[in-house]
Amino acid sequence: MALYETRRRRNVLAKSLAVGATIFGLAWLVLILAVLLWEGFSGLSLAVFTQMTPPPGSAGGLLNPIAGSLVMTTIAVAIGTPLGILAGTYMAEYGRYDKLAFVVRFINDILLSAPSIVIGLFIYEVMVAQMGHFSGWAGAVSLAVIVVPVVVRTTEDMLILVPDTLREAAASIGLPRSLMIRKVAYRAARAGMVTGVLLAVARISGETAPLLFTALNNQFWSLDLNAPVASLPVVIFQFALSPYKDWQQLAWTGALIITLAVLALSIIARSLASARKSS
Amino acid sequence: MVDVAFEGGSAMTVRDQADRAQVLQRLRIGDIAFRHLTRAAAIVVLLILGGIIVSLVIGAWPALEKFGFRFLTSEVWNPVTEKFGAIAPVYGTLVTSLIAMLIAVPVGLFIAMFLTELCPLWLRRPIGIAIELLAGIPSIIYGIWGLFVFAPFLQQHVQPFLIDTFGNVPVLGNLFAGPPYGIGVLTAGLILAIMVLPFITSISRDVFEAVPPVLKEAAYGLGSTTWEVSRYVVLPYTRVGVIGGVMLGLGRALGETMAVTFVIGNAHRVSPSLLAPGTTISATIANEFTEAVGDLYTSSLVALGLILFVITFIVLAFARLMLMRLNARVGA
Repeated sequence: MALYETRRRRNVLAKSLAVGATIFGLAWLVLILAVLLWEGFSGLSLAVFTQMTPPPGSAGGLLNPIAGSLVMTTIAVAIGTPLGILAGTYMAEYGRYDKLAFVVRFINDILLSAPSIVIGLFIYEVMVAQMGHFSGWAGAVSLAVIVVPVVVRTTEDMLILVPDTLREAAASIGLPRSLMIRKVAYRAARAGMVTGVLLAVARISGETAPLLFTALNNQFWSLDLNAPVASLPVVIFQFALSPYKDWQQLAWTGALIITLAVLALSIIARSLASARKSS
Repeated sequence: MVDVAFEGGSAMTVRDQADRAQVLQRLRIGDIAFRHLTRAAAIVVLLILGGIIVSLVIGAWPALEKFGFRFLTSEVWNPVTEKFGAIAPVYGTLVTSLIAMLIAVPVGLFIAMFLTELCPLWLRRPIGIAIELLAGIPSIIYGIWGLFVFAPFLQQHVQPFLIDTFGNVPVLGNLFAGPPYGIGVLTAGLILAIMVLPFITSISRDVFEAVPPVLKEAAYGLGSTTWEVSRYVVLPYTRVGVIGGVMLGLGRALGETMAVTFVIGNAHRVSPSLLAPGTTISATIANEFTEAVGDLYTSSLVALGLILFVITFIVLAFARLMLMRLNARVGA
């Protein structure tokens, strides 16, 4: 009977720990979002989207970093997506079981979680040091390096889910393999591949570390990609660590904008993915 | 030819056949081109990794050449006299990650146990999504939150308590010595714990769900409690996967930059106290790289990056091997 009691007690303890751990984990999400909404909304106004970043002590907005982030993200996706889709296609369609695909899969998974600051150093060495100045291009390319593994992974996963019967049907009416991939497999996997791209955008829109010493920062309106370009995360980093109240407020507002954008992207991506699953 | 008969009986002219050959030729070339294009893209992924390693080694060479092995054993970090050693940032990186894992691993496993064994079905999806949202929040948000909200809270409420409780205990007292700054190694470790928690949770949940129900039902049928099933059936069965997930989380924690940079204090020294400011590899690079003057300074920072990359590469490779072993078994 004593043994029974001990086992029962241990079980109750473990169960309450499990419930407690879950509440603990969710509490952080609530705490972080609550503070972010509170601090961010109090500084949200039209000026944030129409004015440039101010010098310390005066009012201003976040127009130039928002524009810079949008431009660099767009270029990064434009470079990284085709590359990622093609590489994922090779791994799922041509070399599913060959050695190259195996190695690429392994390396890609490592790149997927590689520290982003190291990617910043890489692009610094390859582009900034060679060109002699910081530039928006370097920032965009470093973001593209982060996009590639995300897109490779989702493309491969989604193409593998496409039933082989579809491929066989296409082959049996004489469709060449490349056309089969583009006209049949891509269409069947489209929702999942779009999800991958959205997740990649969500991932890079908050990335700060690789931009710190590639795109640097720019206090003024500039979309010249051969010069330093401001970006939202870098401005948040700089402003949050400054002693000025105005700047700290703008940092919170910028943080709110990024978080809302990222959450919206991941919710859209998720609903796309689940729509596919249920259909 | 056989297929001529299928085309309504009309015989193919020589010209038709030539056209047909041309179309086929074009398709064949397109096919080969597309195949090689995708293959080239796959190789680019390898080149990216190769490029990272080569460029870091080249960039780090001047520092490695000058300091040699001492770079790994020296604590001095003095830009004025141009003497650099990596001990303090490496120590900070390891200690903050250790704190993070000590908290995040048990909590993550318990959450995964809750989600797979205890949670009512209708609640599973919302909680799962919430955990994944936590994983999606950019690290800079954790950083700004840590700096303005979490660090002051720790400074006012938690750290004084720790100092009062453990300050006079031998050995433990060293860990909690000094004034409560708010920012420091402990704060950075706690923020990292919150950040890697979702990664560990979602992977553990996925591998827990892969346990064949028959195994669990057999254990329940023998009268096991939920805890006993989790501890003695689910966990041993999924051990490889859980280790893989933990290593993946560790890889994240080691390389995390922004969240740590905000709250670590950027002090180049090895201090036994967890409350003291410290630094990590990534925080040092983020803070100092744009301001680094002189080739040796820049090169030393790149060398730090190289060390970080080597450490995370080993950890992540190990994680992937573990997860691959698991998949191989599930597939078999």
